[in-house]
Amino acid sequence: MKENSLLYAQDLRLYFRTTRGAVQAVDRVSFTMDRRQALAVLGESGCGKSSLARAILRLLPRNVHTYSGELFLNNQDLMSMGEESFRQEVRWSGISLVAQAAMNSLNPVVRVGEQVAEPLEINQHLNRREARDRVRELLQMVGVPEDFLNRYPFELSGGMRQRVVIAMALVADPYLVILDEPTSALDVLTQANIMNVLKRIKEEKSTSFLLITHDIATSSELADQVAVMYAGQLVEVSDAASFFYQPLHPYSRKLMASVPRLRGGEKPEFIPGQPPSLINPPGGCRFANRCPFRFDRCQEDPPLVKVEQERWVKCWLYSADEES
Amino acid sequence: MMTALWELRRYPSALVGLALILTLTGVAIYGVIAIPYNEALRLWRGGGDIWIEHPRNAQPEWVNLFPGNNLPKTIILSSREGGTKRVQVESGELKSVQISLGFDYRYDDFPSELNLFFDPKFKERPPHVSLFWLTPDGRRLTLGDRSVGPSERYAVSLDQRLARRLDGNPPEVGLFADPAAPTLQPLKGEYTLLAEGLLFEKGADLDVRLVVYGQVHGLAGTDHLRRDITVALLWGTAVALAFGLLAAVGSSICTLIIAAIGVWYGGWADASIQRVTELNMILPALPILILVGTLYSRSIWVILGIVILLGIFSASIKVYRAIFLQVRESPYIEASRAYGAGNLRIILLYMVPRVIPVLVPGFVTLIPAFVFLEASLAILGLGDPVLPTWGKVLNDAQQNGALYKGYYYWVLGPAVLLMITGLGFAMIGLSMDRIFNPRLREL
Amino acid sequence: MQDEPLLEVRDLHVWFGLRRWGFGHAGVVRAVDGVSFTLRPGEAAAVVGESGSGKSTLAKAILGLNRPAKGQVIFEGKPLDSLKPREMRWYRSQLGYVQQDPYGALPPFMSVRRILGEPLVINKVGSKPEREQRIREALEEVKLTPVEDFLPKFPHMLSGGQQQRVVIARSTIMQPRLLVADEPVSMLDASVRVEILELLQKQQEAHNLLLIYITHDLSTARHFVQRILVMYAAKIVEQASVEQLLDNPLHPYTRALIAAIPEPDPENAATFKDVPPGEPPSLLHPPTGCRFHPRCPAFMKGICDVKEPPDFEPQVGHLVACWLYERGQVES
Repeated sequence: MKENSLLYAQDLRLYFRTTRGAVQAVDRVSFTMDRRQALAVLGESGCGKSSLARAILRLLPRNVHTYSGELFLNNQDLMSMGEESFRQEVRWSGISLVAQAAMNSLNPVVRVGEQVAEPLEINQHLNRREARDRVRELLQMVGVPEDFLNRYPFELSGGMRQRVVIAMALVADPYLVILDEPTSALDVLTQANIMNVLKRIKEEKSTSFLLITHDIATSSELADQVAVMYAGQLVEVSDAASFFYQPLHPYSRKLMASVPRLRGGEKPEFIPGQPPSLINPPGGCRFANRCPFRFDRCQEDPPLVKVEQERWVKCWLYSADEES
Repeated sequence: MMTALWELRRYPSALVGLALILTLTGVAIYGVIAIPYNEALRLWRGGGDIWIEHPRNAQPEWVNLFPGNNLPKTIILSSREGGTKRVQVESGELKSVQISLGFDYRYDDFPSELNLFFDPKFKERPPHVSLFWLTPDGRRLTLGDRSVGPSERYAVSLDQRLARRLDGNPPEVGLFADPAAPTLQPLKGEYTLLAEGLLFEKGADLDVRLVVYGQVHGLAGTDHLRRDITVALLWGTAVALAFGLLAAVGSSICTLIIAAIGVWYGGWADASIQRVTELNMILPALPILILVGTLYSRSIWVILGIVILLGIFSASIKVYRAIFLQVRESPYIEASRAYGAGNLRIILLYMVPRVIPVLVPGFVTLIPAFVFLEASLAILGLGDPVLPTWGKVLNDAQQNGALYKGYYYWVLGPAVLLMITGLGFAMIGLSMDRIFNPRLREL
Repeated sequence: MQDEPLLEVRDLHVWFGLRRWGFGHAGVVRAVDGVSFTLRPGEAAAVVGESGSGKSTLAKAILGLNRPAKGQVIFEGKPLDSLKPREMRWYRSQLGYVQQDPYGALPPFMSVRRILGEPLVINKVGSKPEREQRIREALEEVKLTPVEDFLPKFPHMLSGGQQQRVVIARSTIMQPRLLVADEPVSMLDASVRVEILELLQKQQEAHNLLLIYITHDLSTARHFVQRILVMYAAKIVEQASVEQLLDNPLHPYTRALIAAIPEPDPENAATFKDVPPGEPPSLLHPPTGCRFHPRCPAFMKGICDVKEPPDFEPQVGHLVACWLYERGQVES
């Protein structure tokens, strides 16, 4: 599983220190991503999905309590790398990030073209013209008209800025691009446009994507693989086709049922209750208190077990019969 | 808000600051209770003989704690208590009275002054007294004879004839000097002042009080008018804190409300507030206060009013305006309009409370600024005419060349208190800033 | 549906002057530009549009928070601009407002008890114990129970869903007849959204409210309202019942919108969406004629870019502002 995978994470933890105790934002997360794949990490706000992105990219705030686990990119051990070599070899050139609301954090006084070209000139030592050509090519791929190169970010619409940000993430030809809620602030039509762009990039450049989102419907546009995150942990990892056809974990099922459908389908339902606090979360299954299928066993922490080809679920409903 | 204040306990600097402020407050409260307002005014005005038994420009007593220092304290002896007094009928109306005031002098330095106060009782013929000074080594010096009128005083230190008899040394030195010693140094031991008087009338009486003024007095020493500086420090604390607090509260709240009004109504209201502020920011405050102090009144309440007035239209109005511009656009303000809240309600109950957390840290650091301002005015001679304040002590010190003459303690007390005030509020204010502006917390 | 209309919006224009220091007016943003519709008591209608389409401005004009440049909002036959201050206060007590950001919509320094009490105090409703009673009932209605636990809480102690329920309780505590909900769930988690929308629906049904649900999300609108008004670039381009609109969308924009909305379907990953090119126009300089014409797949030169289309009614109760339906034919 570890060999030949693009990204391999085992028991990844990222806890934050707060005055009230450690926040277990990412707790024992394990998954594998193959090349040319898109993995969608689904979860609600506060489930730790953005922290997972930070953990992978080692973009850690000051108040880190625990940061541990195994992390391999192309069989290269990321956790043992020094900060400087990680920055030079992995960040941006190996894994890049389209952060949440990144389109609002473009430098307002630098022209779009120059902003995209900057890493090329600094890190890859291209000269101005080479960099320009490369930027033009990239912007064309994400659908930004050529004459936008000389504009300032405020002259661009949200959708255009988001495309620029995606181009910036692609500029160093990384193996993996992490997209944190890339379309959540955008309109439906723009959203569909951006998803089209991402699909095209995935096809043409064979870039892998780690898509972090709360929007199940949109994630289905890109994902080959789905990981559902709840209260800091992955509760289900599955190939996309089977997942969207039939999610297994009770939380995944509930989440899927909460999506309002435009065509056919039932009236959406909500999930009663709230996720537990990530400071001293309860032992056992963290979804147990909201779960309709709860039984005695749920007081113990269920393992993430393989139930089908390409499907793993962290729930006693699925691991119980395996043992008996 | 309350939880935020509770958070303060996590910051040691805040706790230290709080301890300092609480101590100051305690001092202020103690001062006001121990010395009521009228008493404080009376004491500070001096007059009469309120301070007559205090030494002039004495150092604080704690200087004796330093090794090698053993400066005299003031010794007061009276024939009424402590001394011995014998009255003998000589013949008829004539009585003789023998008063002996003895004390043990064990200090390494000379007293600063000697005074004798007589309290005779008579109708027509004042008593007559002969005074003698007995030293520990058995010498008996005559201090002269005199007839004692009502509340007669013999300023021993000013007796030039006596000084000449004592090798030209001032009497307070000469009377205590050790004749055997090569240099001037006091002879330690029992001294006695003998007063042998004659009373000429029936019912006449005589009492004598000897004051051997020391070189140290109280916690803070005394000034050139023999006043105990402690009084001014105690009351000064109360005045300073009250002034700082009132000025800070007054100007902050007014600023806040005026900024909110400007932002809410916009248009000319906003524009005129802005222009007035800009004008006020250009005009220097100190000269205005000096003008008011010289031309109108130096009363601390008038000055307080002017300070608040000038403080309202300060640069902070611009800061609050910027915040209010954001608050005005908050959804909850819009919601309140939708359910019918009026302008005044929105300003006072919806906008102003939102900004108070931002204001609190600045407000806390504003208090010492006003305390300093009041002190500065007093130092410039524009202090309140009647109240004892830190600034006035400093002013007196400066006027009397305290530092030139080495009276460091005169400046030390008020200066230390001013610094403690500044430090205490600053420590709390900075910690509060961290709590109320969480972005600073991790830095 | 025989009731008199409760709310009528007639040719409403809301414009904002862009001010620029020293240069006078820099132009006028026509945020709402000629909108008309009629709604009856007890109806639930959604105004669906993209951000910047003017839907929030429309909501605020209905709430009397914006002053229209032209046109009227008429409530119970009374035009808002003719109301005296006292009547305006009455009007405000007749409407509730639920905003997008629940945390921002609640004064952070007030407890839940005070937040809910404010509308009552302002409108001088009842005595103190009566108000307390109303507050408790309102909290029970939005299922914030036990009431005792929630009364003394401050907004930051509540979850997003709970905050929004407090907002809903506040918006209905005056027992209004019109409830305007502006993107009430877009900032909430998926699992909570449905809960809040169900609550709104329950309130709407229980009190026979006219609910105007402003949203960018056609899929939620479908499940919680009966009538949908589609807004594009400051104008309403299509209005119809949910069934009519979804089964037979007429305006090319509506069609594009419906086509672009994804469902959780693994097939999506394999196909590209057919999205009209370009972006919504600037409301500073909107295009002439139909505002969708630069992006429209059915663009007819010489018509669509010249004249603004009026509302046509090719089906009963199905209005569409598009020249395709000039002769009343319905394509399917």
